[in-house]
Amino acid sequence: MSKILILIPAYNEARQLPKVLRGAQDALPGADLVVVDDGSSDETGAVALSLGAGLVTHGSNMGYGVAIQTGYKYALARNYDFLVQIDGDGQHDPDSIRELLDPLRSDEADFVIGSRFLAGGNYRPPLARRIGMQVFRRLVSWIVGTSLTDTTSGFQAFNRDVIRFFVGDVFPCDYPDADVLIILHRAGFRIAERPVRMFPNAEGKSMHSGFKPLYYIFKMFLSIGVTLLRSPELHRREKP
Amino acid sequence: MNPSQKLFALIICVLVFIFTIELVRRRRLREEYSVLWLLTSLVMFVLVIRYDWLELLTNMIGARIVTTTLFIGAILFLMLIAVQFTIKLSQLSRQVKNLVQENALLRSEIEDVKSGRLRGRNETGPIMAEEKH
Repeated sequence: MSKILILIPAYNEARQLPKVLRGAQDALPGADLVVVDDGSSDETGAVALSLGAGLVTHGSNMGYGVAIQTGYKYALARNYDFLVQIDGDGQHDPDSIRELLDPLRSDEADFVIGSRFLAGGNYRPPLARRIGMQVFRRLVSWIVGTSLTDTTSGFQAFNRDVIRFFVGDVFPCDYPDADVLIILHRAGFRIAERPVRMFPNAEGKSMHSGFKPLYYIFKMFLSIGVTLLRSPELHRREKP
Repeated sequence: MNPSQKLFALIICVLVFIFTIELVRRRRLREEYSVLWLLTSLVMFVLVIRYDWLELLTNMIGARIVTTTLFIGAILFLMLIAVQFTIKLSQLSRQVKNLVQENALLRSEIEDVKSGRLRGRNETGPIMAEEKH
């Protein structure tokens, strides 16, 4: 039987975490859970432990990308076959986890991204964000050669080969997003998309506030451009 | 360039050179960071001694007076120093990130061993072995 890890990166999510953990446990009872506490100042770590999840705690706040990569290293060290990544803020519906795992189990794909727009999802982001998502969606779909509807989703699942690939320096820890899909494509991994449900953020927090959207756009274009300039061989060499 | 200007420039070059060497000798500056400083003071020294080369360089870059060439040289030097620092900063950030991750994973393993939750994993602990630094 496959070993599955559900990875939940969390920063000050003590209030939302119980719902996320219980939801994940109910959705996939056989899977292990690990919370990567990214230097929270609240009770995030204690909540994770009290609900039976594994806990990895960063000594200081390192950012979302570093937190998820810590989770990948944890998964690799403990020989997990599949990893499902779900945000700790309660936006991702754990009931969708099984759908994400299906293409991995049947070996149709190495990496599955959960889309909030497939199958008529009702998620409506603000206009500026919608435009940005559309631009990157079209750009990434064109480069990857597959129609993808939600390239910025953090609700993902992937197999051991991708886990091994992501623990290397090739993973863009500062802002992993649409560029990750291009890196995976260049390395020769198979990418699939499945519909998932997402909820609005209950706390109203966003990773994309202040000047971050501007940096995000700059970083994505730079990262995508640089990835395309690199030889595909470079990425394939990193591939396990 | 009159003799007093020449003397002043030479003294500055020699002082920068000696100061840099002294910092390296006292281990307050690492060799890798001293290269640009030493190189710049040497180039300046040569250009002061061979003033005709400085004039030739000024003509080549289309400047009117040699001080412009010197200012451009100084700005280029500062830019190179800044680039060297940002490259080093990126490298250090990556190393700090890896250390924080390894520390967090090791702490998690220790907690698991203490609470008897450790089961079914590689005995060798492949975290570090898999990683490229």
